[in-house]
Amino acid sequence: MSELDIQPALVTKLLVSFLKEEVGGAGMAQAVVGLSGGVDSAVTAALCAQAFAPANVLCVLMPYRTSNPASEAHARLVATKLGAPVRRVDITMMAEAYFAEQGVTDAGRRGNVLARCRMVVLYDLSVEWKGLVIGTSNKTELLLGYSTLYGDSAHAVNPLGDLYKHQVYQLARHLDLPREVIEKAPSADLVAGQTDEGDLGFTYAEADRLLRRMVDLRHDEAELRTAGFAPELVRRVAQRIVANQFKRLPPVIAKLSRRTISHDFRYLRDWHA
Amino acid sequence: MDCRIAVAQLNPRLGDLHANLALHLEAIAAARAAGAHLVAFSELSLTGYYLKDMVFELGLARDSEVLARFAALSREISIAVGFVERTPEERFYNSLAFFEDGELLAVHRKVHLVSYGMFDEARDFAAGDEFRIIESKLGRFGPLLCEDLWHVPSSYIHFLNDSDALLVASASPTRGVEAPGPGPASQRTWETMLTACALFYRTWVVYAGRVGWEDGIGFGGGSAVVDPFGEVRARLDGLEPGLLDATIEPGALRRARVETPLRRDEKPWILAAELARHVPLAGPLPPEDAAAGEECAS
Repeated sequence: MSELDIQPALVTKLLVSFLKEEVGGAGMAQAVVGLSGGVDSAVTAALCAQAFAPANVLCVLMPYRTSNPASEAHARLVATKLGAPVRRVDITMMAEAYFAEQGVTDAGRRGNVLARCRMVVLYDLSVEWKGLVIGTSNKTELLLGYSTLYGDSAHAVNPLGDLYKHQVYQLARHLDLPREVIEKAPSADLVAGQTDEGDLGFTYAEADRLLRRMVDLRHDEAELRTAGFAPELVRRVAQRIVANQFKRLPPVIAKLSRRTISHDFRYLRDWHA
Repeated sequence: MDCRIAVAQLNPRLGDLHANLALHLEAIAAARAAGAHLVAFSELSLTGYYLKDMVFELGLARDSEVLARFAALSREISIAVGFVERTPEERFYNSLAFFEDGELLAVHRKVHLVSYGMFDEARDFAAGDEFRIIESKLGRFGPLLCEDLWHVPSSYIHFLNDSDALLVASASPTRGVEAPGPGPASQRTWETMLTACALFYRTWVVYAGRVGWEDGIGFGGGSAVVDPFGEVRARLDGLEPGLLDATIEPGALRRARVETPLRRDEKPWILAAELARHVPLAGPLPPEDAAAGEECAS
């Protein structure tokens, strides 16, 4: 038993209800999910399949020429298991056209462009499919800023955003998702051989435990040190949280008038006048 | 006389007064058909909870047409409804209206507005400043709105004033899904508090919650009726709307209070003396407090 353990049956019930209502509130009953072959999008698609019925969940596979073939194979395993329709859109031509035109060689820039190409595809298909784009970002990624702004971070509704990676795995097992998806090392698969933990420089297990204590439980530095967290890790994680706040908020608007959007014009998205 | 209570656990549509009125009318009709004497709705049941700027658009005067509809219906069944109250001075309160025999019998204005963490009520609402028993033909109800219950003096005042039943209307967000549970931590907390109140005050406790989602905040329902022995007599589980049917028997109140006469043995003058030391109602501050005030000012 881990200190991060959740009640997976309860969380599933809550998130299915959340998806039904937040998507239904926007007048929709269909979902579009970019299925990467990883655990986050697999869990998201499975929750959507419960909320809207599998036939109403469009699973979109968006390989690039260097993508690991296992990613697509695992995504197909998930879609088949759920009984949800699949659309394959190869983003190689889209991305290559831009890379060639601008001479983009930097791996970081190329990775971000790939993530944003996928966003363009998902939002376009959401019109054809008459469904909302459902996000797959988990709390660990959102806090660490391990995402591309307006790429994978762009979506209408996000069921996993308050679950740490450990908790997403727990849900994946509860939802009986394919073993291949659960057991492999998490990867953004933007560059060959890439892993999330390699990029971050620490493990999800470490990050999850630390983030929960820092964010959820509000432990201070002294308490974290006593609990055995290396001060260097605490510092790096804290810096990442702060440096990536911009990815978690809408754009900043300069206040000029008496009443300004997001400052003092305050309405929820679920606004029914 | 036994009092048959229906707790209407709704999923109000945020900001849509018209749709919510229809939900209320439907629930009132169902409660009447079920033979209830009182139908109780949740906090802000007519408007939804996270209103922000909509508070100023959805406020209803006590003599408004919408409230007159409830007054008219209360000839057949007593009704407790959560709404945004607008005063002629343009103040807005998070209020609970109690209708009976064709009129608005009482209004409780939420005293303890909650403005921490995920809440920001004090930004938009004015706070009430009293706890008064509703003298209904069905019994003496002690109205409380959500956070009011977290402040012990609120329910204690109703206890001192011999309420038969605490009438708690709430819009409590669901949170805390850690293992082992069972269920959300927020729901367990509420049940603990409601049960504790029933035991400490030897009173019935009626809890009206709501369900649904507002921008990712889920409301956990949990509507329940607890008897004066602290036993949950009826409860709505799950995340769905529903109508809870429960009966409040005066006999249970009598038995609980004969068995454990806590109100009889209460010594409020001890509290009064203590309060007089902490909260001087007249005259200058005691010297130590005055000194502390000066320190803060510098």
